[in-house]
Amino acid sequence: MDQTQGKIKEFLSRFFKNHDLQPDEDIFALGFVNSLLAMQLVAFVEKDFGIRVEDEDLDLDNFRSINAIAQLVQRKGGTPPAAASEATA
Amino acid sequence: VKLELTSEQRQARAEYRAFAAAEVAPHAGQWDRDEALPPEIIRKLAERGWLGTIVPKEFGGPGIDMITYGILTEELGRGCSSVRSLLTVHDMVCQALVRWGSKGQREQFLPRLVSGEILGAFALSEPNAGSDAKGIATTAEKDGDEYVLNGRKRWITFAQIADLFLVFLQCEGKPTAFLLERQTPGLSIEPTKGLLGTRATMLGEMIIDGCRVPAGNMVGRIGFGVSHVVAAALEQGRYSVACGSVGIAQACLDASLAYSRERVQFGNPIFDHQLIRAMLTDMIVQVRAARLMCYRAGHLRETGDPGAFMETMAAKYLASTVAAKVATDAVQIHGGNGCTDDYPVSRYFRDAKVMEIIEGSTQIQQMVMPRFEFQEF
Repeated sequence: MDQTQGKIKEFLSRFFKNHDLQPDEDIFALGFVNSLLAMQLVAFVEKDFGIRVEDEDLDLDNFRSINAIAQLVQRKGGTPPAAASEATA
Repeated sequence: VKLELTSEQRQARAEYRAFAAAEVAPHAGQWDRDEALPPEIIRKLAERGWLGTIVPKEFGGPGIDMITYGILTEELGRGCSSVRSLLTVHDMVCQALVRWGSKGQREQFLPRLVSGEILGAFALSEPNAGSDAKGIATTAEKDGDEYVLNGRKRWITFAQIADLFLVFLQCEGKPTAFLLERQTPGLSIEPTKGLLGTRATMLGEMIIDGCRVPAGNMVGRIGFGVSHVVAAALEQGRYSVACGSVGIAQACLDASLAYSRERVQFGNPIFDHQLIRAMLTDMIVQVRAARLMCYRAGHLRETGDPGAFMETMAAKYLASTVAAKVATDAVQIHGGNGCTDDYPVSRYFRDAKVMEIIEGSTQIQQMVMPRFEFQEF
């Protein structure tokens, strides 16, 4: 699991307590996804990876799993803050 | 932790306060009785650039910071909750477009919303759907390059005069948001009269009967209307209502201080009676606490923090309940005079009650906040 996936897992774990979320596991199929998660997830990926989620990104497949979110972040050129600081160190 | 306003924010507060004292507060009682805001006050707000202030510069707005926005809504809310409500719903539509609008929608509508050429309204509630937004029955059916909208919307703030409605409905059986322009054939508005509070908010019921809108009027995507578009708009609305509630509570405190110094009973101003002092003290402390919560929520919203959702909800919960409590005490201090419309506290009392119902009722927030806190637990 790379740094981006690790950060996403860490964020999502608060919604899926006592469950070791796997990179390709469908979070919607787990049934815990609620209205609290939706906008927090958008705010999290925007703030922590420096991307902007636009209306055309509103597709459940972009948010379905750790890997799906990581791919969205990568596609939009996001960088995890830790990686960015390492790169400049 | 930064707890001081910047000099720019203090300067903005002085400007908003002076405007509210001169142009808003002296007329608020009449507007309440008229159940309408006159076009002149809306024009004055537009001239000052106070409609759509949250729209960022890249989309043609002034993009003021969230704390300054909170101060604007507090100060206008201190003068008149109906005026503050105008900003609230207008800015909710702006926020939905800033957050989830397409490039075309932003270009077409945001500059006109910012200039005040058009007014926005937020159309979520229905006769049988309020807090349970997923129960909405209004529908959109695809027909070529257009969608055909049908349904009814109730309790729509400023529906009587709004030009652009952000309507939430079911599309392919999923919650979806659409922009609906007032002049669209098939749309009619029935005024709602006799409200308890915020009586000048020109509420209306929308009858949407076969309104055809271009497919490009969909905001976000099918299925994301509630989870993302409503959520973004309501967070904005909650923040605005929270700050406006602080404004009501401050107005109650101001009125109670003035009245208790003037009113003499048993040979002394009632200000000198200990039970009155106790009420005033609770008012002072609660107003300060609610304002600090609002600033904290504003700071998190400004920095795009995922915790802004909870902080905004907590601020709205505290500020609206504080406004209701402080307004109750303000009427109590005013005694019989507080029960008449010769004094503004009776209006504050009615307006404050509304704050506990709109943008997420106190009880809905009590359902949500412990769930959120458990995430962090």
